[in-house]
Amino acid sequence: MSSPAQAANGEPVINVRDAVIRFGPVVAVDGVSLHVRRGEVFGLLGPNGSGKTTLIRGLCGLVELTQGTVRVLGYDVQRDAERIRANIGYMSQKFSLYEDLTSQENLDFYTGIYGLTVQQGRDRQAQLIEQTGLAPYLDRRAGRLSGGWKQRLALACALLHEPQLVFLDEPTAGIDPVARRDLWDLLFRLAALGITLFVTTHYMDEAERCARVGYIYLGKLLAQGTPAELKHLPGVNIPGTRWLEIFCTDSAELLERLRARPGVRQATIFGQSVHALVDADRSNAALGLEGLEVRQGEPTLEDVFVTLSRAQQKE
Amino acid sequence: MARVSLPTAVSLQRTVAVARKELLHILRDPMTLFFSLFIPIMEMFMLGYAIDTNVRHVRTVVLDQAKTQQSRILLESFVNSEDFRIVREVQTPWELSQAIVAGEARVGIQVPEDYSRRLDANQTAQILVLVDGTESSIAAAAVNISNAIALRESLKQLMAQRLSETLPVEARPRILFNPDTRSANFFIPGLLVVMCQMMAVMLTANAIVREKENGTLEQLFMTPVRAGELMLGKLAPYLVLTFVEFCVITFLMRTAFQVPIHGRFLTLSLIMLPFVLTMLGLGLYISTRASTRDASMQMSMGTVIPSIFLSGYVFPIDSMPPFFYFVAHFVPTTWMIDAARGVILRGAGWAELQTHALVLWGMACGVLLASMLKFRKRLT
Ligand SMILES: Nc1ncnc2c1ncn2[C@@H]1O[C@H](COP(=O)(O)OP(=O)(O)OP(=O)(O)O)[C@@H](O)[C@H]1O
Ligand SMILES: [Mg+2]
Repeated sequence: MSSPAQAANGEPVINVRDAVIRFGPVVAVDGVSLHVRRGEVFGLLGPNGSGKTTLIRGLCGLVELTQGTVRVLGYDVQRDAERIRANIGYMSQKFSLYEDLTSQENLDFYTGIYGLTVQQGRDRQAQLIEQTGLAPYLDRRAGRLSGGWKQRLALACALLHEPQLVFLDEPTAGIDPVARRDLWDLLFRLAALGITLFVTTHYMDEAERCARVGYIYLGKLLAQGTPAELKHLPGVNIPGTRWLEIFCTDSAELLERLRARPGVRQATIFGQSVHALVDADRSNAALGLEGLEVRQGEPTLEDVFVTLSRAQQKE
Repeated sequence: MARVSLPTAVSLQRTVAVARKELLHILRDPMTLFFSLFIPIMEMFMLGYAIDTNVRHVRTVVLDQAKTQQSRILLESFVNSEDFRIVREVQTPWELSQAIVAGEARVGIQVPEDYSRRLDANQTAQILVLVDGTESSIAAAAVNISNAIALRESLKQLMAQRLSETLPVEARPRILFNPDTRSANFFIPGLLVVMCQMMAVMLTANAIVREKENGTLEQLFMTPVRAGELMLGKLAPYLVLTFVEFCVITFLMRTAFQVPIHGRFLTLSLIMLPFVLTMLGLGLYISTRASTRDASMQMSMGTVIPSIFLSGYVFPIDSMPPFFYFVAHFVPTTWMIDAARGVILRGAGWAELQTHALVLWGMACGVLLASMLKFRKRLT
């Protein structure tokens, strides 16, 4: 099946303009515009309740747009939601397969729902079982799978119909680091096949791996771009300031100390280090950092998001 | 050439996929299956044996102060009617009323000392019948029967004076269709209908709400499955299950309760089909409206209860006030109970059931259409 998006006219796979989604008085998505290109892994970040899930639902036509336009795979979501759905995969934030059915039965159900022929279904299932390594768990009830395997099963079900675009809402929430890495490896293999991925996450390391990242805060998309672009945003790199990465043994104590100093605009703990945004005219000595390992840093993505959120709060 | 699929077109493959999955849910949850099949059967046994509105062998105490042959004949006529059963003879009026207060007897009969004297003197002889009014059906029956016995005794006396042996008028009521007026015959066909209704509504009321609660509906909405396919696929297994239930209850009605089926079983099954579809549709409608399983349970009870009281299952619709009589005709259960009693007790066939079939099919289509239209592939 071919869609207008494949017609090499350069139209982004996802194109959102001024989308607003309102639930009564709550504005869950507030004037979001973004675009995602074919084959891209797009990461959407934002604190809890910032509207990530709602935006995804809006992109799939699962909730109605209050304003704005959304085009997905070249179709208008308000008019052609069914066409879009036939060509996208979706993995919701909460595990949403049938827990009382086995993995195989869940796969069979979605094979039927997506209208695959018996032969197509068999081939596609074999391929996905191979890719996800689900084979040993096929006869297990989905409810009894561990978190990582649940996510792989959900992904397999979402990929049965060979969608060109897959939405994954916090696919790695609550699974262990190894499973997390495995899942991302799988996602990159999909991206290499030309599948566009739209992923939400709370993990910065995952965000760093995305081709492009968007940051949404209280319904507003505050920034989008490659991780490098975001780190060089003028709003984050204010003239006359510099980012420091300070290593020390007692980072909590250092944080207290730094926050009390004049000239320190912002300080955050990152494990064994403290990231700080300081006025450029203050020397390390003036900040009381003699004897500590200090690196001139560029902001991390987390610095970027914290700074953007603070700036937004002040408005 | 582009294949344009109409929004109403239903894919058999997707419908079957849904039906198969739904069947798996049923099989994976044997407790629900057990309770939904056996609870109605248990209820049937409890209700079927307990509901006997025919008043027989009412416990009675007597106080015979006359102690004459006439008084004994009178009391015997009470016993012979099989309506009363004398549990004790007492000696004082106080004991008589006490026996009723204590619940030992429902009826007390006092024959005064001057009973025979007044009869012989052609005066009105009185007997006192005390009736416990707490059980209205027994009280009403006791009053009627004792009046009838007194009337017959009076007539006999008058006849004796006119030297005529036969009573001038005698009403001989003959009850058609249910000759021994067994209340089981009247109640169980209604019970059959109500049980199938409860089963159909309760099972399907959960079908979509469950998916809402588990979040699986959201996933399903992202697929090309259509509302109609989802509805039909979900209906099919419950339709089968309700029919199994229907057959089991009918079988028990015939064997355990000895209610003869005068009409044809096939006729009954066929008229049952639109009724069950109506109820499954109603359950689905509830399921699309409710957002939690508790809410859907309450809503389905909310539909079952009025149909129990308005359908003629308990109270005959002919004796309802005009407003309720009118409303009763919009309750599918009313039509189905009437049809079931018709087939089972009166041996009714298609000729008599045309209106019922028409009304029930109309209701089925209406309800199914409404729930399909109500069902949107959107989250609220
Ligand atoms: N159906 C709804 N009705 C009313 N309000 C809603 C609804 N869905 C979401 N909201 C509100 O919209 C806002 C955004 O919620 P959303 O679930 O999109 O956030 P999120 O970014 O996905 O959060 P999380 O990281 O916790 O998953 C929240 O304030 C939420 O309460
Ligand atoms: Mg979310």
